[in-house]
Amino acid sequence: MAEPPPPDVAGFACPAPLRDRPQIVMGHGGGGALSQDLLEHIFLPAFGNPVLDQRGDSAVLDVAGLLADGGRLAFSTDAHVVQPLIFPGGSIGELAVNGTVNDLAMSGARPLSLSAAFILEEGLAIAELAGIVSRMAAAAERAGVSIVTGDTKVVERGRGDGLSITTAGIGVVPAGVELGPRQVQPGDAVIVSGTLADHGMAIMSVREGLAFEAAIESDTAPLAGLVAAMLAACPWLRLLRDPTRGGVATSLNEIAAAAGLGIEIEEPAIPVSPVVASGCEILGLDPLQVANEGKLLAIVPADEAQAVLAAMRAHEHGRQATLLGRVVAEHPGIVVMRTALGGSRVVPMPIGEQLPRIC
Amino acid sequence: MKHLAEYRDADTARRLAAEIGRLATRPWAIMEVCGGQTHSIIRNGIDQILPPEIEMIHGPGCPVCVTPLETIDKALAIARRPETILCSFGDMLRVPGSREDLFAVKAAGGDVRVVYSPLDAVTLARSRPDREVVFLAIGFETTAPANAMAVQLAAREGLANFSMLVSHVLVPPAIRAIMMSPGNRVNAFLAAGHVCSVMGTWQYPPLAEEFGVPIVVTGFEPLDLLEGIRRTVAQLERGRHELENAYPRVVSERGNEAAQAVIAEVFAPVDRAWRGIGVIPASGWRLADAYAGFDAERRFDLTGITAEESPLCQSGEVLKGAIKPSQCPAFGKECTPRTPLGATMVSSEGACAAYYNAGRT
Repeated sequence: MAEPPPPDVAGFACPAPLRDRPQIVMGHGGGGALSQDLLEHIFLPAFGNPVLDQRGDSAVLDVAGLLADGGRLAFSTDAHVVQPLIFPGGSIGELAVNGTVNDLAMSGARPLSLSAAFILEEGLAIAELAGIVSRMAAAAERAGVSIVTGDTKVVERGRGDGLSITTAGIGVVPAGVELGPRQVQPGDAVIVSGTLADHGMAIMSVREGLAFEAAIESDTAPLAGLVAAMLAACPWLRLLRDPTRGGVATSLNEIAAAAGLGIEIEEPAIPVSPVVASGCEILGLDPLQVANEGKLLAIVPADEAQAVLAAMRAHEHGRQATLLGRVVAEHPGIVVMRTALGGSRVVPMPIGEQLPRIC
Repeated sequence: MKHLAEYRDADTARRLAAEIGRLATRPWAIMEVCGGQTHSIIRNGIDQILPPEIEMIHGPGCPVCVTPLETIDKALAIARRPETILCSFGDMLRVPGSREDLFAVKAAGGDVRVVYSPLDAVTLARSRPDREVVFLAIGFETTAPANAMAVQLAAREGLANFSMLVSHVLVPPAIRAIMMSPGNRVNAFLAAGHVCSVMGTWQYPPLAEEFGVPIVVTGFEPLDLLEGIRRTVAQLERGRHELENAYPRVVSERGNEAAQAVIAEVFAPVDRAWRGIGVIPASGWRLADAYAGFDAERRFDLTGITAEESPLCQSGEVLKGAIKPSQCPAFGKECTPRTPLGATMVSSEGACAAYYNAGRT
């Protein structure tokens, strides 16, 4: 009986052309050649910068010069999940950059560098990933930050909702800038940088297939430039907050509680675009409780309010900035709205997600 | 929104409030029937600009609040079944059943979906023939036409996997029950404008006559409400008790007859239990016999469900107007929107939630 020929190991190749797949497969998270492919063809070309291009296990940043004159380091992180991944006015990519950039900016920091961790679901179209990554790169450029380190993991189909992105970032708070609830004083002005509820209503309108008279676009935007302009006009800003999930109602309640003071806002002053107002009206939602991704609330000394408003209105992300109300010594921890009719009511902290009403 | 701004003008509102103050010479208790009206009153602070003579009593017109606990428990039982998709309007999800709410069932793996129209549930049933799609059909006369149309559509398409858990309630029998209850303090009613847009106003003159009570069909915007209140006070001061329509831009005497015809075909009157109040004769609709095949209560075995109300909850007294939400001993203590004991603290139209959220204590 003849011996079978020995296997030709040298010529062996896996017959599956994994590297050309149009979709994410488990192997893209394996750390091998497929992972390298993603890095070299998707992430590095989009985000490329001298620090990232080192491809070290960590990014090494030289910040001594930035901190030399009394600046302090700000550090923040933000995880992002959203459906759909791309929506009117933005995508999860812009949200991931602007979310962390804005968290840094709310401490008065100039954002410097971000990390980005991607959790990819098996089956995600690589073209879709590439599109989101390039939007993310453009957002980073607009915000003036570099993405200097990152990671990818792949989870099995059905366990990942397409794509989630977690970013972390550092920035430098200039010497003398001291923002926080302890600075807030009775009499301070409460300012909002523009119309409310655009992001939440944009997501809801696409997710639920609701067509309003005009498309509602997310307001996702980086706010560090606006904050720098505000600090230039008034270095003694008391506190900044970006009213994302839970909306302005949540942020104002948090500020009132942390400062141990009351807040009064004027109903007619609440800026809401007509199409968003109609959408909220139809669904029975309160625009004060709906998410924003490119707006900020500022607590400002009363006699500086006009100067800050002027600086904000001169900036592209603050054109519709307006005075919303004031901080008061009465009713500590509670936000009260003066209604257009001359009555008043408490603006509560929202409980959970907002629910469309029956009728 | 430009259209709505007309009905929110602050100067006109103050003029109307002043006019009500001139008319009112003695205390009057006026009940707004509809939960949407309650919320508008509290949100806009309308009760705060009314003269002290006028007391607004908040009525039982929030469908979420008056849906019996037993119906919620049945919906929860249906949602727990692996073969079902339960579709509901959003604000039902947080209403507590005897032990849990629909959010909890969803978190435990139940397929619970928020829809904006019952027709969305029919569409879902069409695309998911492998699943039983159940729509939780609650509401007053306002939501009944769309719910009835959904059943007609499912029948026409022969969708065997679509059904409804029906708990419809009606306004006129509730007004009768309130007027006949022993501790009644209500002197006049603002009838629910949107209910009347469907049903017309013809059901109300006999009630006004029988109980000697003014009934004014009223809308939901601040000026609508103030005009409705002004007209009831004018009637009360002159000793009259008539039906008036203060919402003519939406409501006609005959109502939407096409909608009434659809309702009459699909639904039939039934004695209905109102949460916190009890059974009111002929105060609801069930599916008519011809559509019994779409009745979720027949399709699923729901026997053995017994509902247990919290002994602390006084939502029934609130719904009848006997007490204000803040007069309930549990208000703001054991019972808050986070830990609601009764539906009136849950629904965005519930009187207790309206009071709590506006900081009325």
